[in-house]
Amino acid sequence: MDIKITVIDRSGKAHQIEAPTDMAMNLMEVCKAYELPVEGTCGGMAMCASCQCYVLSDHNLEEKSPDEEAMLSEAFHVKENSRLGCQIPMHKKLEGLKVELAPE
Amino acid sequence: MIKTDIIIIGAGPTGLFAVFEAGLLKLKCHLIDSLPKAGGQCAEIYPKKPIYDIPSRPEILAGDLVDQLMKQIQPFQPGFTLGETAQEIQKQEDGSFVVTTNKGTQHQAAVVAIAGGLGTFEPRKPDLANLAKWEDKGVDYIIREPEKYRDKKILIAGGGDSALDWTIVLAEVAQSVTLVHRRNEFRGALDSVEKVQALKDQNKIKLITPAQVSALEGEKYLTGVTISQEATSVTQPVDYFIPLFGLTPKLGPIAQWGLEIEKNAIKVDNSLDYQTNIPGIYAIGDVNTYPGKLKLILCGFHEATLMCQSAFKRIYPNKRNVLKYTTVSGISGFDGSRKEAQKSTIKTIE
Repeated sequence: MDIKITVIDRSGKAHQIEAPTDMAMNLMEVCKAYELPVEGTCGGMAMCASCQCYVLSDHNLEEKSPDEEAMLSEAFHVKENSRLGCQIPMHKKLEGLKVELAPE
Repeated sequence: MIKTDIIIIGAGPTGLFAVFEAGLLKLKCHLIDSLPKAGGQCAEIYPKKPIYDIPSRPEILAGDLVDQLMKQIQPFQPGFTLGETAQEIQKQEDGSFVVTTNKGTQHQAAVVAIAGGLGTFEPRKPDLANLAKWEDKGVDYIIREPEKYRDKKILIAGGGDSALDWTIVLAEVAQSVTLVHRRNEFRGALDSVEKVQALKDQNKIKLITPAQVSALEGEKYLTGVTISQEATSVTQPVDYFIPLFGLTPKLGPIAQWGLEIEKNAIKVDNSLDYQTNIPGIYAIGDVNTYPGKLKLILCGFHEATLMCQSAFKRIYPNKRNVLKYTTVSGISGFDGSRKEAQKSTIKTIE
């Protein structure tokens, strides 16, 4: 089953995309699949913060893992609503998720 | 001038394996890497993480993969220029290339293979006013020689393995070491965390958490660092400020070499030999792109193998050559070593 999510890129443009929930994909991977400007340098190990985004909708996301907490504590441009895209697995409860990509 | 057959830019798994395949064809290689050690991302970003898709290795740690590759290529004695970035390339009249690093080291070869992965790893710099003013004048992002810091006052910022490891090393050498981190928790090997805890308990280092460096000061050289902790700020005299916030890859100077670039990667001819738009320059591994490209170590190995066959034809256009199997031909190292399959014993049974 696919969900609809919105990703605002670094130029402020909103992209509405359909993300599969049955392919074990996370938000970073979905962005890459749609060729949005997300590097995902470390491949999804919560070790680079190149997929940092700000969560704009009020979805109840899973708690941050200690790895994600640690990375965000060292990353730049971090806000209250910062998350690493690679640590957000696609799930049907994320229907309507809205995020903005953090500066590089 | 360092002369070789193939200059390999990038000493990650793909670049290292290229040395082996070149060696089988009796071609010598020299590797250039901006990091001070071989292994690329595997060694720098995730040495302790497992990889599960290396054929015949159900599970191998990235760091072990690098160690094994180094062992595998040892007979072919590659040269290394480490801690230097390949900056410029110049084509010579005889068709060969000269690659010059940012430190001026020159290398010459008929073939250049770019195995640069995601690019050059550059330090992530904290957002501090006038930071650049003190770079190399008290602000260092990479520690190359601990002796430089002997009897100096050091302030390290960061919460990962390198911040912890260098705190431990410099505590022995420096006059004083202060470690500043935004949180109370550190992400590093348990052993390192415990060592830093012990150093703090013995008052051998000063630990300030949760805190951040908020300003730098000094005329020509850095003399002081302001540390902010909630509502308070203190300025502390230092000789060196070492922010260790990890490294981020940039394609770097290679992007200016006239190579066809698409989405931060170098376009190559994948129907043939992974050559770029400049004959004699190849791109292999994560740094290249072609229809259907997959950024996998195992694909890099394959690309390196085909590249070497093509490089051989370029270097020896008139020499006949045929693919040989290591099981049949064995391995003759440039160091005189020889590995080969045991001869079968033929004996009559009466």
